[in-house]
Amino acid sequence: MTRISVTVDGVEYSDEVEPRTLLVHYLRETVGKTGTVVGCDTSNCGACTVHLDGSSVKSCNVLAVQADGHEVTTIEGLAGAAASDGQLHPVQQAFHETHALQCGYCTPGMIMQAVDLLAENPNPTETEIREGLEGNLCRCTGYHNIVLAVQQAAGAMSRPVPSEAGSDTGASGVSGVEREGVAS
Amino acid sequence: MTITEDAPTATGGNGTGEVGKARRRKEDQRLITGRTRWTDNITLPGMLHIAMVRSPYAHARITGIDTSAAKAARNVVGVFTGDDLKDIQGVNANAWPITPDQVTPNHLPMAVDRVACAGEIVACVVARSAAEARDAAELVDVDYEELPAVLDMKEALTDENLAHPDLGTNKSAFWKLDSKEAGTGGDVDEAIAKAREDGVVIEREYRQQRLIPAFMEPRSVVVDPTGEQITMWSATQVPHILRFLLAATTGVSESKIRVIAPDVGGGFGGKLQTTPEEFIAFAVGRQLGKPVKYTETRSESLLSGHHGRDQWQKLTLSATKDGTVTGFNVELLADLGAYVALVGGGVPVLGAWMFNSIYKFPAYRFSVQTILTNKTWVDAYRGAGRPEATYGIERMMDELANELGMDPLEVREKNWITHEEFPFTTVAGMTYDSGNYEAATARARELFGYDELRAEQRRRRESNDPVQLGIGVSTFTEMCGLAPSRVLGSLNYGAGGWEHAHIRMLPTGKVEVVTGTSPHGQGHETAWSQIVADRLGVPFEDIEVLHGDTQISHKGLDTYGSRSLVVGGEALVLAADKVVEKAKVIAAHMLEASADDLEFSGGRFGVKGTDKGLGIGEIATACFAAHNLPEGIEPGLDSEATYDPVNFSFPHGTHLCAMEVDTETGATKMRSYVAVDDVGVIINPLIVAGQEHGGLVQGIAQALWEGAEFDENGTLVTGSFVDYTLPTAADTISFVTDHTVSPSTTNTLGTKGVGEAGTIASTPAVVNAIVDAVRHLGVDDVPMPCTPERVWRAVQSGGADRQVESAGDAQPHFGAAAPNQDTPETEGGAQ
Repeated sequence: MTRISVTVDGVEYSDEVEPRTLLVHYLRETVGKTGTVVGCDTSNCGACTVHLDGSSVKSCNVLAVQADGHEVTTIEGLAGAAASDGQLHPVQQAFHETHALQCGYCTPGMIMQAVDLLAENPNPTETEIREGLEGNLCRCTGYHNIVLAVQQAAGAMSRPVPSEAGSDTGASGVSGVEREGVAS
Repeated sequence: MTITEDAPTATGGNGTGEVGKARRRKEDQRLITGRTRWTDNITLPGMLHIAMVRSPYAHARITGIDTSAAKAARNVVGVFTGDDLKDIQGVNANAWPITPDQVTPNHLPMAVDRVACAGEIVACVVARSAAEARDAAELVDVDYEELPAVLDMKEALTDENLAHPDLGTNKSAFWKLDSKEAGTGGDVDEAIAKAREDGVVIEREYRQQRLIPAFMEPRSVVVDPTGEQITMWSATQVPHILRFLLAATTGVSESKIRVIAPDVGGGFGGKLQTTPEEFIAFAVGRQLGKPVKYTETRSESLLSGHHGRDQWQKLTLSATKDGTVTGFNVELLADLGAYVALVGGGVPVLGAWMFNSIYKFPAYRFSVQTILTNKTWVDAYRGAGRPEATYGIERMMDELANELGMDPLEVREKNWITHEEFPFTTVAGMTYDSGNYEAATARARELFGYDELRAEQRRRRESNDPVQLGIGVSTFTEMCGLAPSRVLGSLNYGAGGWEHAHIRMLPTGKVEVVTGTSPHGQGHETAWSQIVADRLGVPFEDIEVLHGDTQISHKGLDTYGSRSLVVGGEALVLAADKVVEKAKVIAAHMLEASADDLEFSGGRFGVKGTDKGLGIGEIATACFAAHNLPEGIEPGLDSEATYDPVNFSFPHGTHLCAMEVDTETGATKMRSYVAVDDVGVIINPLIVAGQEHGGLVQGIAQALWEGAEFDENGTLVTGSFVDYTLPTAADTISFVTDHTVSPSTTNTLGTKGVGEAGTIASTPAVVNAIVDAVRHLGVDDVPMPCTPERVWRAVQSGGADRQVESAGDAQPHFGAAAPNQDTPETEGGAQ
């Protein structure tokens, strides 16, 4: 057993773990962060995606001991302090608004990956969104509304920044996609 | 949205206007913040963990199991073999023997002396942690004597080797529907014989490859035998069926079993099963008297969760030279795998009423031979029987159009039921209540830009562009709302098709709705709230929908076959109407008015011509106090209803797909996809669109990417997500969806069901588009999944490996009595 200290969602934890323990199992079984889930055993599905020091990782692909001394953010800590007031992160809000989840199993990983994608590229094209989410599988939504959610979140997150094109929506990504006829 | 008929008033005049609103889902808050209760999240004090020991062989006799090393391993509490559990483990039952003489192997959760497919469980280890259980499972030493494995369903027909030697045959059942014998149509042999003389006959053989449902949440089960009842949490679509079958096959009283389906992460038919793992966990929990958990790995899930599809389809379509179809003969071989699963052989039978689809065929015959092999068992996967049928007929309609030089939409229009002809009884004996194929097709054409894309296709052909464009058509219908119990009885199905609802009016005016349906991603909590809000005139927010726990929802038949809204929704309506009826009597008493003078609107009983009135919540409060109720009236408004549907419902739609095919590399790319579906009245357009998008991608995935492949030893080689290639966001495009609305006439809400539509329609649309792109190069088929290699090979061979029909002299590529003559490479294997 090895002792590790990991900050998870803003709280520091100190635990003895077997060296072979995967970060995802540590988060779920030791820390109780069951919002992060396991969907496969080959690191294909991305359901277990969390942030390690602010960047997305598949937590099935990281050993708990590798997280020693580092900071992990899970879906449960994503909204940060605002969560206590029932506030959501803009990406969580966009997933809700655009119906970007059905069973919701892939959703924690998908949201964490989308947040990372937008941090790297705040105004992605549809193709960039699709490629940025390639490591996260969803079986319910056909990805259509997930792409929409990321576009909407990009708009919402960029809104405070003055737009030189005078766009009042700030959601330049949205126009790039054919909206299906929900509202028609 | 195009309204093609007047919608019935779904609101009951209560004017909250919830039905039809794009309500954001109630379910989302917990799912997007990680406050979830998946089965694997459940931890109980002292809980033990199970790891399974599975057979690596497709067919073998178990000659010995040495468990001593496993038993001695650290923190191992028990090791169980089939011998240990055989008297208490129960049976994984088949609920739908399709014929009285169906050959049905006994399916024990844990094999006792012989395994019939790879992945079958032969022992399990129970330890204090999941990791320790898995480590010790490696120490269980099983001796096998390998037996010949039957892997190919056509070879299985010869009975040379047997999947189950004790049964003497691999043929499970033969089921037939003949329109001449049933009196629903003419003689199909006659129609084909006549067409051979003066019409056209199209003969094809298509492969429905084996698929894996691949829900995102791996299956998990927790059993807690502590206390008076044994509680099972399971990632299942069917908690009620599971409880019934646990009781029926283990001898434990049903009243001693509580089954809970907590948050369930997708199913698509894959969790419409009672699994060996559930039964083993139940037995082990009882044996040890301790809570136990088993959660499968993804690799275990792909190998031992049931598979779907897997058919050969031998199809013969006869028509006159103007494109009017005169007969359709369907002969199916369906691989059931090693066991006849819960619905098993019934899945291909569901196609019997759907191969004739939206068309007015005068003569029709459907037959299916189900076959046992030494592979993973096969059961329902999204669409279940109907995607197979839609694929067969929609590919054939394109072949007919090509044979006659007609546009594929034109040949369909020539044969489809026109909107004036509803209700229409088909050649298969189904009565379609409503539909408007013309309207859906016109809207799809417009959204797609059909004529413009055809023009582009011509230009590319003329310029010999290496990238060719193909347009695929799929006009489909499906039967949803499973099912009228009497019909199920006539088919020897082991249960009814009703659904139950219970509405509890709480003293504070809030409402609890208990449904017997069991959602796992469909958004029932939201849509059911909308329905009840309208019916009772109470705010959407005041309604809580409860489900998936047999202690709360004691009665129900769960969620599959696009039944939840059509059947379960109607049960809600009936229960709500009973609440209103009960409340009316009490309202009349409290308002000192005659019940006849009351009108119920907006959740309030008003006395006509006055401003006097009472809200339904106030009446609920008055019932709680029960101080002033009419004589002989029981205090309470709570009501329940069980609804048995009078008919199936028949959603339909027109899907158009444009595919670009690189003739030099075989690579394909989807250009656009338009789906115009008619699912009847829409409760929540946001949820409906989501179901369509997801359904589309699953059907497209069958056409392009997915296929379960076994090697010559019966080992699943697509046993992980590395090899079983689910589409990613980068593989797919955004879709254009729209609706026409022909309300169902057989339920109050006018709904038809939407869960499977996209999957049923999209597969043939995609393959038709690919074939259309390279048809001029001599290609008339590409086996699924249409990988670049297969497309490239088809283009290279220019259809030379298939005897192409010459115009006017249609030659069958198989004789009626001859064995299949297809080249092996059309069967799969090539990736």
